[in-house]
Amino acid sequence: MSDQQQADLRKDEVEAGTTTGLASPSVDPASDRQNSLWSDAWKQLRRNVLFWIGAVLGLLFLLMALFPGVFSRGVDPRDCSLSRSGQAPSSEHWFGFDQQGCDYLANVVHGARNSLIIGLLAVVVILLMGVVVGALSGFFGGWIDSLLSRVADIFYALPLILGALVVLRSGFLGRGVVAVAIALAAFGWMTAMRLVRSQVIAVKSSDYVAAARAMGASNGRILVRHILPNAVAPVLVYATITIGVLIAAEATLTFLGVGLQRPAISWGLQIDAGQRLLRIAPHLVLFPSLILTMTVMAFVMMGDALRDALDPRQRS
Amino acid sequence: MSTASMSVPSGSARGASAPVLEVQDLRVQFRTGSGLVNAVNGVSYTVSEGETVAILGESGSGKSVSAQAIMGILDMPPAEITSGRIMFEGRDLLTASAEEQRKVRGPGISMIFQDALSSLNPVYSVGFQIGEMFRAHRGTSRKDAKKLAIELMDRVRIPAAAQRVDDYPHQFSGGMRQRVMIAMAIALDPRILIADEPTTALDVTVQAQVMDLLKDLQRDTGMGLVLITHDLGVVNEVADNVAVMYAGRIVERGTVDDVFGNPAHPYTEGLMASIPMLEAKGGRLQPIGGQPPNLSSIPSGCPFHPRCPKRRLGADAPPGRHCAEDVPPLRLVVPGREAACHYSEEVLGV
Repeated sequence: MSDQQQADLRKDEVEAGTTTGLASPSVDPASDRQNSLWSDAWKQLRRNVLFWIGAVLGLLFLLMALFPGVFSRGVDPRDCSLSRSGQAPSSEHWFGFDQQGCDYLANVVHGARNSLIIGLLAVVVILLMGVVVGALSGFFGGWIDSLLSRVADIFYALPLILGALVVLRSGFLGRGVVAVAIALAAFGWMTAMRLVRSQVIAVKSSDYVAAARAMGASNGRILVRHILPNAVAPVLVYATITIGVLIAAEATLTFLGVGLQRPAISWGLQIDAGQRLLRIAPHLVLFPSLILTMTVMAFVMMGDALRDALDPRQRS
Repeated sequence: MSTASMSVPSGSARGASAPVLEVQDLRVQFRTGSGLVNAVNGVSYTVSEGETVAILGESGSGKSVSAQAIMGILDMPPAEITSGRIMFEGRDLLTASAEEQRKVRGPGISMIFQDALSSLNPVYSVGFQIGEMFRAHRGTSRKDAKKLAIELMDRVRIPAAAQRVDDYPHQFSGGMRQRVMIAMAIALDPRILIADEPTTALDVTVQAQVMDLLKDLQRDTGMGLVLITHDLGVVNEVADNVAVMYAGRIVERGTVDDVFGNPAHPYTEGLMASIPMLEAKGGRLQPIGGQPPNLSSIPSGCPFHPRCPKRRLGADAPPGRHCAEDVPPLRLVVPGREAACHYSEEVLGV
């Protein structure tokens, strides 16, 4: 719609006393403070249903991780009796019992903490490393780029699971939650780095960066104001998906015997234990998988909404 | 009439003022896989306060590259400034530190670009981007920056500025986007504004509005305007002086009236002849024959000689004025007129 059209429409609206919303762009005349990218993005996020579904689910699992007792209805996950081994779900025990005869709802609820901590901690480390290394590499180019890219290639040559397995087997870090998260992040940051690097290179040569330079913006300002906001959107989406991959990778490491150790409780341990009894007690795989899937979905939905909010062209 | 710049003595109403921007013997080359490309080969010009200098030339004549060199936005490498000085208020920008250069850009010299949509960051509202100029250079608060942005948007005649300040670049039409660019460029009252084909991407009526706006702003602020364009009509309407570029050199310069009225260089003559005229409706346009020069192997002697209808070669040419061998210097032909042709007097008909 041309400006003339818009001006005409506005005039018509005033005369008719109606508002179509077409003539007046969405503004909040109450605020006279300059909106930043993030405050505008937040305004946008608030109106996104997908974001709220993701946020509510995410909050639910976060609360579950923080206060498992509330969600397990006060049942101790370690209060087990072999006489109830593998019992199917009932109205009394919603998720049934596992092979050891422990209440499965309590176990799944208590698993949230470790799985979430590992997923979130590892993804935060991945994001930090990816953004910092990728931005430096893409922005400065030259030998810095060559060096950092080759380092990333070296890490790429080691598969995530194998690399994490070696690190955890070495006993450097121990076998705790933090150790698993760091081991996973150490071999998982390269894709994020490459995403950021390629975005930075693309944005760096854009006209608006040249324009900003011509208007006297400093390197730091260009990097923070122009390049990073345009470069982080894809990596945020990648990160949300990666949370799920990392939680699954934790399960794999656990299955291989180098991740979390019993008596720790995690969804990975539960799925791995449950798959051996898939035919006689399918609920042992079903419930932790379901919760795991919902957790991953919550993050993916929030990531999707965030990407849309950060790109004004996607806004309706 | 123009001010007394470009070493052109003239009776200006504004009186002679010292040049604000002085480009001296600027040379830029690009190192590419297929050899050296000589984009700018010894360009000199000056811009005084309130003066409009048009740099006229076809694609690849080096007009934009010389502007990018002034703004420090050439990608180096592959580009390389091999010689020359860019004097701004008596200081050479090319030898100044990066920080000093940065401080000149924006408050001293500013630039608007051809494609306003790609020159604006898509993720920020236009008001934020205009306000950014104040925040980056003066540390203005966000609240004040927004107020100043609205004032500027009013000044560049964006309707309903207060309502549109939070809109994003893609929500504006082409002409309005260019106005936003102009608002950013003039935010800090620069003494020189470089406009690199500011109207090329716009339709004709909007072109006229944008040029009018630039002229009005110039009259209000007294800034010098460097207008880089290939549009002869735009030059004719707004510029005081014009420098015609060919193959990275200035081949002719003088006041717009002089140069357009009676060219002193065969290339300019060819350009004038190629303008569609209302009187010549139905007739054929007269193109300049041949191809624009390849900048990695510029013809010897006068770079225009392979296309020049007035060239003199071999026995025809007097010694030292052989078009394929002797490079014609940019010389004063008649008072107020400079041209780089061995036979300018003949072209002029004096």
